Amino acid sequence: MSARAPVTVYVPGDAGAVSLGADAVASELARECRRRELPVRIVRNGSRGLYWLEPLIEVVTAAGRVAYGPVRDSDVMDLLDAGLLDGGPHALLLGDIGNHDWLRSQQRLTAARLGIVDPADIDDYIAHGGYEGLSAALTMPPQDIVRAVTDSGLRGRGGAAFPTGIKWQTVHDQPVAQKYIACNADEGDSGTFSDRMIMEGDPFALIEGMTIAGLAVGATRGYIYLRVEYPHAARALAQALRAAREHGYLGRNLRDSGRDFDITVRLGAGAYICGEETSMLESLEGRRGEVRVRPPLPAIKGLFGQPTVVNNVITLATVPLILARGAAFYRDFGTGKSRGTIPLQLAGNVKRGGLVERAFGLTVNQLVYDYGGGTATGRPVRAVQIGGPLGAYLPESQFDTPLEYEALAARDGLLGHGGVVVFDDSINMARMARYALEFCAIESCGKCTPCRVGSTRGTELIDRMLTRSNGEHAGDLALLDELCDTMANGSLCGLGGLTPFPVRSALKHFREDFGRR
Amino acid sequence: MTRERIAVERCVAAAVASSRDEPGPLLEILHAVQNELGCVPHEAVPLIADALNLSRAEVHGVVSFYHHFRERPAGRHTVKLCRAEACQAMNGDALADFAKQRLQIEFGQTRADGMVTLEAVYCLGNCACAPSAMIDGEIRGRLDRETLAACANDWGVPT
Repeated sequence: MSARAPVTVYVPGDAGAVSLGADAVASELARECRRRELPVRIVRNGSRGLYWLEPLIEVVTAAGRVAYGPVRDSDVMDLLDAGLLDGGPHALLLGDIGNHDWLRSQQRLTAARLGIVDPADIDDYIAHGGYEGLSAALTMPPQDIVRAVTDSGLRGRGGAAFPTGIKWQTVHDQPVAQKYIACNADEGDSGTFSDRMIMEGDPFALIEGMTIAGLAVGATRGYIYLRVEYPHAARALAQALRAAREHGYLGRNLRDSGRDFDITVRLGAGAYICGEETSMLESLEGRRGEVRVRPPLPAIKGLFGQPTVVNNVITLATVPLILARGAAFYRDFGTGKSRGTIPLQLAGNVKRGGLVERAFGLTVNQLVYDYGGGTATGRPVRAVQIGGPLGAYLPESQFDTPLEYEALAARDGLLGHGGVVVFDDSINMARMARYALEFCAIESCGKCTPCRVGSTRGTELIDRMLTRSNGEHAGDLALLDELCDTMANGSLCGLGGLTPFPVRSALKHFREDFGRR
Repeated sequence: MTRERIAVERCVAAAVASSRDEPGPLLEILHAVQNELGCVPHEAVPLIADALNLSRAEVHGVVSFYHHFRERPAGRHTVKLCRAEACQAMNGDALADFAKQRLQIEFGQTRADGMVTLEAVYCLGNCACAPSAMIDGEIRGRLDRETLAACANDWGVPT
């Protein structure tokens, strides 16, 4: 038989898949195929986001991509014996994963290419619609780019949900030569990983989004502030940035447009507070990540004192699509003031965790039960925490809440970066409230008193409540409420200001957990 | 001058040189020094301060602000166990207790024999595969006692 063309096998290089053994699967597959003289091309793609099936590998056959999962390195021999490279039947066969209910029911816009493309291959990115947004932007005056983003209704996906176009307009309007695009990739909220997935699985989308932002506001330099906990993302970004430069999509006179833009990755150093935008700017400047007093806004006086667009990864990675398909296309998804789609991240004690991108409006019930299938432990769900460590805990009676900004605000919660962490009935909510305060004490930058001192006093207060019997701590409850009030109203930034959300929600919905057990 | 001292000076000089043209390079320099030496040693602080025209206090303030930077090298092996909510939801507290008990150290400590350092981290972004840890730089998901115990055994940590 003449030399057969190599069969392409996708084995995710995504950190989540790697954490479950994907690297071992890739090397075992390569070794075993070499031994059997079967030519293969192994592509390390991103994850499709069905983490309970990871490592999920896909084989390209004449009939399309055929998935298997979850695959361990010890399954590789058996899979090859079963005709893996022809999409042969096997207990781990999943078929066309794109047709899986879990994926088919989603509306993947920002994450459209996730798990499909080779994150190291710029041509693959372009073949899947990449750089269409930049091509469109290069034909538009900067003001029109800003208007498209404003009209799309896109709001900051990092947590603050500020209208992106308005921020861009402010930077655009500053009559200053040096401006910056600063991408906040300090995804520190527990329960969130969509930024990581995009950076690892579709890094060119972020690079393209930042480039468009640079064109729109007149910035020539971008920074990605990446948390040090994400080494896989760092490698994927470095590789993609190099490719983008080599292909003329970054650097001087990009795409012969006469415009310049380049991006530098800067690593954080394990400080949650640096996800707060002004603290991130301090850190980018090489200082302690202490929060700045606003005003001035970063859009007027940001990085190195210059006007700066500070946006989250998902926000920027959504921009290319808006430019390519038009503002109306994106705005038509969603509900009320929450336009477009949101990549929700389902995590914690859940049977089927992962990435669910849908138009705003999905309820907690739909997410936790229809997608998540309930808890991983099989016990009843007791609570979810939405929006990271500063987000509220919701009891099951409120699982009808739609996952959108205003609906959650009305229930004293926040959507934040879209992370939803599921807890079963073994959880003690007083301990979770205590943890929220303890975490705030560990991560406080120390600049303002309500956060620095309040978090420690709050931790002590809950400790005291947990050792007293019920009925003795009425005074403690009032004091804790007052402390929450001081933190919420007196803190400089969201860390101290929002820590009362989880604490108060635990007190409100799970009062029975406070007091001695 | 001791050999260690010369190594620190060389390392700082190289880190400063490679970041010189960058604005606000202090964190970059600290990362480079720690990658090379395993920590940011006390002696490096005045050297870095000098090179960047900062006070020692400013440099020390930055080193001590960030959890990632350490002033003494870690043990031969490191376990960074995630202690955030999603991992707690998957019985992370019990796993943390087990880690402390098996390695016979508290979080933030290195065993006296220098074998292992145990650290708490707050989210590795692997929350759908909780509980998670970074063990010797490798990310691990759905971590259980058996895996942790196997690591400790491999490293020869006495029971």
